[in-house]
Amino acid sequence: MNETPIPDRRAESRAVPDRRRVLREPFVEFENVYKAYGPKQVLAGANLKVYRGEVMVILGGSGSGKSVTLRHMLGLEIPEAGRIVVEEEDITDLPEEELYRVRKKFGMLFQSAALFDSMTVFENVAFPLREHTQMTEEEIERAVREKLELVNLHGVENLMPVSLSGGMRKRVGLARAIVLDPKMILYDEPTTGLDPITAQVINDLIIDLQSKLNVTSVVVTHDIQSAFSVGDRIAFLNHGTFEWIGTMDQARASDDNDLRAFLKASAVAAAQPEMKQLGETVS
Amino acid sequence: MPGVLARARDRAQRALVYVGGISDLGAQTIREAIRGPLETQLLLTQFEQVGVRSLSIVGITSLFIGMVLALQTAYSLEQFGVKLFIGKVVSLSLVRELAPVLMSLMVGGRVGAGITAEIGTMKVTEQIDALRAMATNPVRKLVVPKVLATTLMFPVLTIVSNAVGIFGGLVIAVANLHLTGNYYMRSVIDTVKYNDLASGIGKTFFFGFAVGLIACYNGLRTSGGADGVGRSTTVTVVMAAITVLIMDFFLTKLFLLAF
Repeated sequence: MNETPIPDRRAESRAVPDRRRVLREPFVEFENVYKAYGPKQVLAGANLKVYRGEVMVILGGSGSGKSVTLRHMLGLEIPEAGRIVVEEEDITDLPEEELYRVRKKFGMLFQSAALFDSMTVFENVAFPLREHTQMTEEEIERAVREKLELVNLHGVENLMPVSLSGGMRKRVGLARAIVLDPKMILYDEPTTGLDPITAQVINDLIIDLQSKLNVTSVVVTHDIQSAFSVGDRIAFLNHGTFEWIGTMDQARASDDNDLRAFLKASAVAAAQPEMKQLGETVS
Repeated sequence: MPGVLARARDRAQRALVYVGGISDLGAQTIREAIRGPLETQLLLTQFEQVGVRSLSIVGITSLFIGMVLALQTAYSLEQFGVKLFIGKVVSLSLVRELAPVLMSLMVGGRVGAGITAEIGTMKVTEQIDALRAMATNPVRKLVVPKVLATTLMFPVLTIVSNAVGIFGGLVIAVANLHLTGNYYMRSVIDTVKYNDLASGIGKTFFFGFAVGLIACYNGLRTSGGADGVGRSTTVTVVMAAITVLIMDFFLTKLFLLAF
């Protein structure tokens, strides 16, 4: 059986010199991190380095600990053993108050977008500005509109989150995540639950933001189409460790059995014969 | 037998973790409230939610309690031929005990369930995590305004409950027992002393604080989607009622010693 090729939407941009600055200087480091929930050992000696300026994709099956990894980066979870270092500062044992300072370096897009139900879109995006800056209402309004435009949303400021579609909610969540101009953006399953076209819009948005904001990003997903669309490197999380870490090209050529099996299964699932047929009919 | 012991130990452990968690949240709430700054807008919204929106439930409950109390008291006192004391009995029972406790049970159920459902839903939809991720303390933003509102509004609602309950007694005294309104009110004013009011209203500061804290804590520890929110809400209503009744006993003892 022939393996389904994985499309690489960024191959073209990778062929020319990348304008983004990827430095070999780690922004976030995991050193031998362990975390269990009851009897389930989720992270078991996880090691990872995310370099400044890159887009790191964390791939793995459901329940493999991808989201838990993101939560550790923000200090929302505390590891049982090991160290987590953010910009050369060990955050593992920092008290909650100290962690607030660290968290301002991050913007996070949650899987469910996690918009505040009781606030309008405008109030949601303005929330971090009101909390952490002394900006005037005029400046806040300008900043919110600018970020909403960055995620291609117009005229939705006064809507409540409940009246938005899934894709729009994610985009509002993204606008809120970037409103304080963070150094690093964390995306938790940005395309899960979206139709393929909206998912691609989100992928394009991630690439677009990366070049406009020159940030470091970590994208957690089990959607390999999305992974190969947006990522510079892949970290494959399996059995509680990052079993394989490398570039997209290395991933394609990898002989790691679990990674190959994962990529193959995902690619086959994404290109079911009936889907392919439908695609041909449409084109 | 070892199975029973293990289960008992497990339950005791869970109860201790629960009490520890609530105490920790209580300490954090007091610390954050003192440290400030208070979120005035959020606080006013909570005053409205807890206070203004509970007025109808407090009014109706208190009116009928006052009327029933007057009827029952009249029935008992008539046998001794001293139904003139009705104002004394009704006002003392209401002010010292019935108004604070019944108001706290009713409003505690209504407000506690609402708070747990709101915070619990925020928890299961990652909104609490989003607050923390945006470097905002959920205790300062959510818990402090709610606990402060219950602590300050319960006494205010008790004052309303006292007034409406005594009015309920007045209606029955005039309509059924043919006493004059003036006589009834004079009897109430002569009977109720400041220490009765202080003891009754004073207790509700503690009831309000406890109900608010229990509701917020159960909301924050919610897990497991809509089902989890339902479970937490039920636990809050039961816990709030039991806590009010147990606290009432100890606080009454304490206030009897103090006043």
